[in-house]
Amino acid sequence: MIDKITIIGGYNKQGEKEPVEKVIIKKGEIFGVVGPTGSGKSSLIGDIEQLAQKDTFSKRKILVNNKKPSYDDRTNPRKKMVAQLSQNMNFLADMSVGDFLSLHAKCRGASSKCVDAVIKLANTLTGEPIKSDHELTILSGGQSRALMVADVAIISNSPIVLIDEIENAGIKKHDALKVLSGHGKIVMVVTHDPVLALMTDRRIVMKSGGMEKVVGTTPAEKSLSKKLNKIDEFMLSLRDKVRNGEVIEDIEMGDVGL
Amino acid sequence: MKIIIVAGTPGSGKTAVLIHALRNLKERNIKSSVIKIDCLYTDDGKKFEKIGIPTKVGLSMDMCPDHYAIYNIEDMIEWADENNSEYLIVETAGLCHRCAPYTVNSLGICVIDATSGPNTPLKVGPFLSTADIAVITKGDMISQAEREIFRERILEVNPNCKVIEANGLSGQGCIELAQEIIKSKEVSLEEEQLRHSAPLAVCTLCVGETKVNKKHHRGILRRIDGFQTYEGE
Repeated sequence: MIDKITIIGGYNKQGEKEPVEKVIIKKGEIFGVVGPTGSGKSSLIGDIEQLAQKDTFSKRKILVNNKKPSYDDRTNPRKKMVAQLSQNMNFLADMSVGDFLSLHAKCRGASSKCVDAVIKLANTLTGEPIKSDHELTILSGGQSRALMVADVAIISNSPIVLIDEIENAGIKKHDALKVLSGHGKIVMVVTHDPVLALMTDRRIVMKSGGMEKVVGTTPAEKSLSKKLNKIDEFMLSLRDKVRNGEVIEDIEMGDVGL
Repeated sequence: MKIIIVAGTPGSGKTAVLIHALRNLKERNIKSSVIKIDCLYTDDGKKFEKIGIPTKVGLSMDMCPDHYAIYNIEDMIEWADENNSEYLIVETAGLCHRCAPYTVNSLGICVIDATSGPNTPLKVGPFLSTADIAVITKGDMISQAEREIFRERILEVNPNCKVIEANGLSGQGCIELAQEIIKSKEVSLEEEQLRHSAPLAVCTLCVGETKVNKKHHRGILRRIDGFQTYEGE
């Protein structure tokens, strides 16, 4: 059981001690990571994925339930506590979707029966259906992103979930976040998107490689988040229209539903 | 002398990973010497020297670099002895995937690049299947799922090896590698043997024939349909 993880601060890109010395994230919390490009968001997520022990650039240290994880805990996929949805989905694998998923299920000690469930779930997140016999290398950006979301949700079912920039994915991001942030998990979302950032409980602000400060989401922000969500859904519906070749010449603010 | 033999495809990050591990040994006041074997050119020697480790470069030129490493090992030990080193690290060129330069009592380390695709572990042969440690590099460039599949494929080929995920840029995983190096055994060359035989190489090409046409070739030849024939007297 994982009750909390502790991030012990290291150094920023200039080699100075980062301003935030310690962050504790408890079970059930959704945490945001925000900051400009190059500010070190992905590196922070990387440190947590590897449960870094002062052995990465940042020299951060990650504790699980106040304890240092063993090397096996850090690397053996059958014991892995962290599932990560990264930006790197190159799919260098020269194999079919079905083969890839059943191989990954085997790595994680999951049943190969879940392959169909993963594909089914992925297809609820993307417009273009994915089939089991599709080659990985021909999948579109949206398809591979949806497939990885479903893979993380079902096969890499871990107590800690890290999500790196879901908004650039061309998929339904709210549905994706819902699918990933199961009950009682620790979830961290790297984001530029105000809709997602305000959905979190707290957020770490990154600056030049270091953790600059931690901001708690205010009640006003929480209710604003609901409004932003409606605007976002409206934008998505417009996007679908453009995608399907329709002409949009006017919109009514009433359509937003605010 | 404790002997560590490091193999792996060109560009997989052997030197980068070793530099981090050897720097860690140095911080523990453990003396090591490095031999870097390559074919025609390398400037890796300078990189090891930069961190203050005695380094010697061996270029095999027109010889197979793995064979060259094997029959020069005695001289290498002598040289490491002169440096008062406890550990001799031999970094091989690793070209044709057919040889495994590890000896029975040395520590065999295979460095393999995760971006080379999940079928690579099945292709590289004895330098992975007979290694004690498989170091996976560049894992930060692919997704977690791909990384886990790559690791599984390595264990399919070599179920008994210890897998270390390392990063040659940040040094992640290299402390674990240094700890494994420290655990390696003392090797005496007298009865020492290779773990895997060097390849059968007994055709006319081995002795310098450059003509391509089939009629010019003698010796033991394996045909593309799988038959092996002997041409000649």
